[in-house]
Amino acid sequence: MKLRWKIKQPLFKYWAVVPTILILVVLTLYPVLQLVRMSVSDIEYVEGQMEWTFVGMKNLRTMLKDSVVPVAIKNTLTYVILVVFIESFLGLILAFLVNQVKRFATAFRAILMLPLLIPPVAIGSIWRLLYDYNYGAINKILALVGLSGPAWLANPNLAFPAVVVVDIWHWTSFMFLIMLAGVTSIPVGLYEAARVDGASEFKVYWKIVMPLMSKTIIVGMMLRTIFAFKVFDQIYLLTSGGPGTTTEVISMYIYKVFFGQFRLGYGSLLALVLAIIMVIFVIVYRVTILKVGKEV
Amino acid sequence: MFTLLTSLKQLVDIITGSIVFNPTLANYKELFTGYRSNFSQLVTNSFVIGGLTVVIVLGFSSFAAYSLSRLGWHPLPREIILFWLLFVHMQPPIVFIGPFYLIARKIGIYDSILGVVMAHVVLNMPMAIWMLQGFFESVPKELEEAAAIDGCSQFRTFWQVILPITRPGIAATAMLVFIFSWKDFLFALTLTSTPKGMTIPVGISTFVQAYSIRYGEMSAASFIAIIPAILLVVFAQKHIVKGMTLGALKG
Repeated sequence: MKLRWKIKQPLFKYWAVVPTILILVVLTLYPVLQLVRMSVSDIEYVEGQMEWTFVGMKNLRTMLKDSVVPVAIKNTLTYVILVVFIESFLGLILAFLVNQVKRFATAFRAILMLPLLIPPVAIGSIWRLLYDYNYGAINKILALVGLSGPAWLANPNLAFPAVVVVDIWHWTSFMFLIMLAGVTSIPVGLYEAARVDGASEFKVYWKIVMPLMSKTIIVGMMLRTIFAFKVFDQIYLLTSGGPGTTTEVISMYIYKVFFGQFRLGYGSLLALVLAIIMVIFVIVYRVTILKVGKEV
Repeated sequence: MFTLLTSLKQLVDIITGSIVFNPTLANYKELFTGYRSNFSQLVTNSFVIGGLTVVIVLGFSSFAAYSLSRLGWHPLPREIILFWLLFVHMQPPIVFIGPFYLIARKIGIYDSILGVVMAHVVLNMPMAIWMLQGFFESVPKELEEAAAIDGCSQFRTFWQVILPITRPGIAATAMLVFIFSWKDFLFALTLTSTPKGMTIPVGISTFVQAYSIRYGEMSAASFIAIIPAILLVVFAQKHIVKGMTLGALKG
């Protein structure tokens, strides 16, 4: 009995993990290595067979000459910065409000959580309809006050703000949930002490709550930044990167290179570059989390 | 609400923009029984893919998460595994699309349910392991010690003591995995080309065509697509916050 216990102890620890590691190796590590190999190749689909040709740095040179790449990078960065800051701000305000109105907190949280669980495609289609030039609710409301609304998604100046608005509608909830967790962990006594000392409501938040929230805010913003780089679904449905290249983001462009132009090799190089940039973000994030020791 | 209203309106209503509201289920009927429509198959696919993904992901990751969180791992290998999971979770899915497409083609699961399940397992595994770790860590150590003193093997401790008491957490994880599989668009879009393996989001996107958008059916389909999310929020709100804000955990 004792002997079996001793032998089994360490074994279970390993065989419980091994199948998962095998899956991760086959379905994530191998694909990443495959991606590296694809990025230095030309891949042609000939008579149902993939034909690989090693081309070395050719794809990289193509990327440096590709005029859409800088546009896509610029759009993605603008998009990420805008949504992260606006959503963090709104999320924080919402968290403060919900935290004060204790009575309906659960209901508010439930409603605010919903956008995160709805398929982004459904969100895209709802907003596509709202933005529609002829039948959309936004233009109908404008018509009621005598204004003729623009073609939101077809206008090069409006398309980008329009997709940013959809993202804010979609993801503010995420920042809200993180901020709410931070706010509720602050002891109520602190606010009360400050108020008793005669601090104005604004001062209570600015001088006392904000410093305590700073870790949560930083962690939340970093996380949101990483996720914002994934943006694809709504853009695909709303504008597909158009009009022109005004809403072209990195994921959208890679998709087009893969499945519009069937350039698997070149697309893989772009994907690899994106992955490398993201690794840097993830490392910075992980190190911050371990240092800050913040648990949300 | 707007979605629901629109989907109930007839296509004619939408085009004429008449404010007179005439509720009808015609869009839903067309969606499921129209001769051009294969929507019911997409619904079935979405359920089968979601279900299989849940079974595979939880089957593997509950063991892994328990071992990693409770069975005394050296910090280095544990951190390597956790970092890799975080890396996979945080990569834009487009990074995996190319290799997955080629793998699926090569082993003949392109345009089938299995191909999409493969991608969804990758999509969900990191989240599931991370979430489950949190639940296992909240179990008091004394329970395991008591089981060990009674001569219970580690496997039996896990199976008969730990699993039953973490059941609510596991159920919440399962539901979240299902939702994330249900709402995925990019993998389902790129790994399928016919209704054989397509899921609901891909179906919705096909209503948006170059010159005409079938708003009525699109809205009806979108409404069906958001039902699971509503159910989840109603029944498991408390448990899923952690999963959605994953990575903000110390781990």
